[in-house]
Amino acid sequence: MANLQSNFIGIKSPNPFWLASAPPTDKEYNVRRAFEAGWGGVVWKTLGEAGPPVVNVNGPRYGAIYGADRRLLGLNNIELITDRPLEVNLQEIKAVKRDYPDRAMVVSLMVPCEEDPWARILPLVEETGADGVELNFGCPHGMSERGMGSAVGQVPEYIEMVTRWVKKHTRMPVIVKLTPNITDVRKPAAAAKAGGADAVSLINTINSITSVDLDLFSPEPTIDGKGAHGGYCGPAVKPIALNMVAEIARDPSLRDVPISGIGGVTTWKDAAEFLALGAGNVQVCTAAMTYGFKIVQEMISGLSDYMDDKGLASVDELVGRAVPNVTDWQYLNLNYVSKAKINQDLCISCGRCYAACEDTSHQAISMSDDRVFEVIDDECVACNLCVNVCPVENCITMEAMEPGLIDPRTGKVVEPDYANWTTHPNNPSATAAE
Amino acid sequence: MTQSPFSPGVAAGRLDDAAYSENFSDLHPALDPHEALVAADRCYFCHDAPCITACPTDIDIPLFIRQIATGTPDAAAKTILSQNIMGGMCARVCPTETLCEEACVREMAEGKPVKIGQLQRYATDHLQEQGIHPFSRAAVTGKTVAVVGAGPAGLSCAHRLAMLGHDVTAYDARAKAGGLNEYGIAAYKTPEGFAQAEVDWLLQIGGITLEHGKALGADVSLDQLKSEFDAVFLGMGLGGVNALNVEGGDKAGVSDAVDFIADLRQASDLGALPVGRDVVVIGGGMTAVDAAVQSKLLGALNVTLAYRRGRDRMNASVFEQDLAASKGVRIMTNVVPKALHGNGAVQEIEFEYVTDDMTGTGETVRIPADQVLRAIGQTLKGDGLPDLEGGKIAVAGAGRTSVTGVWAGGDCASGGDDLTVTAVAEGRDAAMDIHASLMG
Repeated sequence: MANLQSNFIGIKSPNPFWLASAPPTDKEYNVRRAFEAGWGGVVWKTLGEAGPPVVNVNGPRYGAIYGADRRLLGLNNIELITDRPLEVNLQEIKAVKRDYPDRAMVVSLMVPCEEDPWARILPLVEETGADGVELNFGCPHGMSERGMGSAVGQVPEYIEMVTRWVKKHTRMPVIVKLTPNITDVRKPAAAAKAGGADAVSLINTINSITSVDLDLFSPEPTIDGKGAHGGYCGPAVKPIALNMVAEIARDPSLRDVPISGIGGVTTWKDAAEFLALGAGNVQVCTAAMTYGFKIVQEMISGLSDYMDDKGLASVDELVGRAVPNVTDWQYLNLNYVSKAKINQDLCISCGRCYAACEDTSHQAISMSDDRVFEVIDDECVACNLCVNVCPVENCITMEAMEPGLIDPRTGKVVEPDYANWTTHPNNPSATAAE
Repeated sequence: MTQSPFSPGVAAGRLDDAAYSENFSDLHPALDPHEALVAADRCYFCHDAPCITACPTDIDIPLFIRQIATGTPDAAAKTILSQNIMGGMCARVCPTETLCEEACVREMAEGKPVKIGQLQRYATDHLQEQGIHPFSRAAVTGKTVAVVGAGPAGLSCAHRLAMLGHDVTAYDARAKAGGLNEYGIAAYKTPEGFAQAEVDWLLQIGGITLEHGKALGADVSLDQLKSEFDAVFLGMGLGGVNALNVEGGDKAGVSDAVDFIADLRQASDLGALPVGRDVVVIGGGMTAVDAAVQSKLLGALNVTLAYRRGRDRMNASVFEQDLAASKGVRIMTNVVPKALHGNGAVQEIEFEYVTDDMTGTGETVRIPADQVLRAIGQTLKGDGLPDLEGGKIAVAGAGRTSVTGVWAGGDCASGGDDLTVTAVAEGRDAAMDIHASLMG
């Protein structure tokens, strides 16, 4: 079994799977159960200032998007930061950390955007023995209207300012959690770096309305006939999160900023993808909320088997492996030609590839009277839609054409050399090829 | 309960009331809403779906399943019923394992087709239980059509014609409409009076007058109908039964399976229905299986289904054969009856073993039999009918017979399997052709 030991900005954990700051980490009881189940660490649900805690709605807090068989694909929430007293949370954090010294204990914080509140709370957190803090600059609902959460995270200057205060008032490592509700995630990441952050974590949840009650004409989740936007998470947001992680990981000026990857991690594979795109570890919430803490066992065994298979001795050897292959469209090889190929032994003749191609793409799949579906290479642009809509795994594949062959669609020889748009003759601003 | 399964002879009341009630309950209980959604989620919404091709009535199955999956079962029902007005009954009695579900790509993918039949029932029940009839009549055309036989073919034809604005008079020899749906199908396939409920629901279209107790030949003649109506549709099914021409074939205890099933379907008290201790059903079709299984369910101790060829040649589907076996029916194959023995009432039946090409082997076997049910095929009854072909009314195109102005469909007409769903399709298509002919 591969060594899954993780060391993220000096915070050690037995594996790179942390629970994100969210309902599963709101109190001692849950976190103890999580550690017993095998989670490597937790980010304790966001603490606010001392005094009367926030209150939550008493109606539904979550809305959901489902796939077939009510498989939960996306979850949105309008829950706020912890609604339990600060001192209770601090006592519990201390107790749990004392009993589980090998697990990562990071505490999420959100206090008003002034130096004093930060200066007051940080020593209290340090006193618990926690390993680090995460600054919640991402929460998109409820707290943002009070000048906190994503209201800070959407203004890079505030991020830098607050991060600087925090670094000034604590010796603990500082992770800045970023909101995806911005246009260019590199700007807030750069601000965090400028403020002295030890790492960034992303993504927080995405502004969302999951659905509309068509009888009440109210957004879901509906509270007494009204709804407010919530924060979207779960498998549906993974592609957005992966892109944002990669944007930071491949930016030359941010390459040295460690990333804690968050957003729809549901299986070991999702985690491995985040790691490959540059995340040093991952944080999980929705998958645990859907299936319970036990899922970490599959994540541990799956990642371990994968690393053994690839001959990777440590998690760090996986981190960033895919980053060099993330590029811009203009650098993609236009001389690479592939064609869809349908495996007739696996085909169940549903015809979805045909409908998709015939109705919405390039008319590149033929259908015989006895329901044999075949790719017409003369028309196939290798768009991949047939692969995407096929219900059978690996039934349709994209096969690269060998250089020297003639692409029947274009009548041109498949060139062996790499050539991209920057040198393409159709590009008015192309630079000379030679 | 004075009798038991062990009581010799033909006797009623072999089981207690609870057993009858359990035995004749729904063979496939209705899907609940959760089960329906889970089942509907499995449909791939195939292009030019093979299930549609396999359906004799061409129901747009992927569309109706998607309508169920998106929470609109009544819209699903309308999709079904617009192609097949007896979609509710077909959902119950269709041999889906040899039609839509056999063609389902998930049968090929995983050996587990989408539950098309049960989903169809979910949708049609949902609509019909609310009493909603989703179709309305076109303006009355003034044209009149006589329909002979108010079974699946006749009612399907009548409904479509009425919907198109024609006035229909449907004649049926029996006291109730529904044909084999009411008299000829195993009770556990359509319990709780569904057949009559469906007829009542179908008639909500209006414009259909039912004339009960009027048999073609005896009470009305084809010439009379031709002169009184603008068109005639013949859908009276097969009223005759093949005889068992063997020694002792007329002994007491020998009867027709269709009558046995009809009596059972009309019985108000199953405990009053007599059934043998040792029942032998001769035949290999759906009627034979329905009779054999129901004999067993009525409390017969030993039920044997005797068929002259191998199991692969039986008209009853593999599902039906397995159902019979699971209920404890013994299936004997490659046997032909040679004689029935007994003093007055039958006591034993003697078979000869035959090869697949029906050559006698000379070896015989005798088994106890105090009740013998004949299910060896039905025949068309009546004189003065249009030209026949293979013992049935010859039809061309959409049910056109040799007589101008007379159409035919269902079991009495040539072509097509003797299935409810086929009869519905033929009745519907004949109606469209009659309409075109009348309005042309």
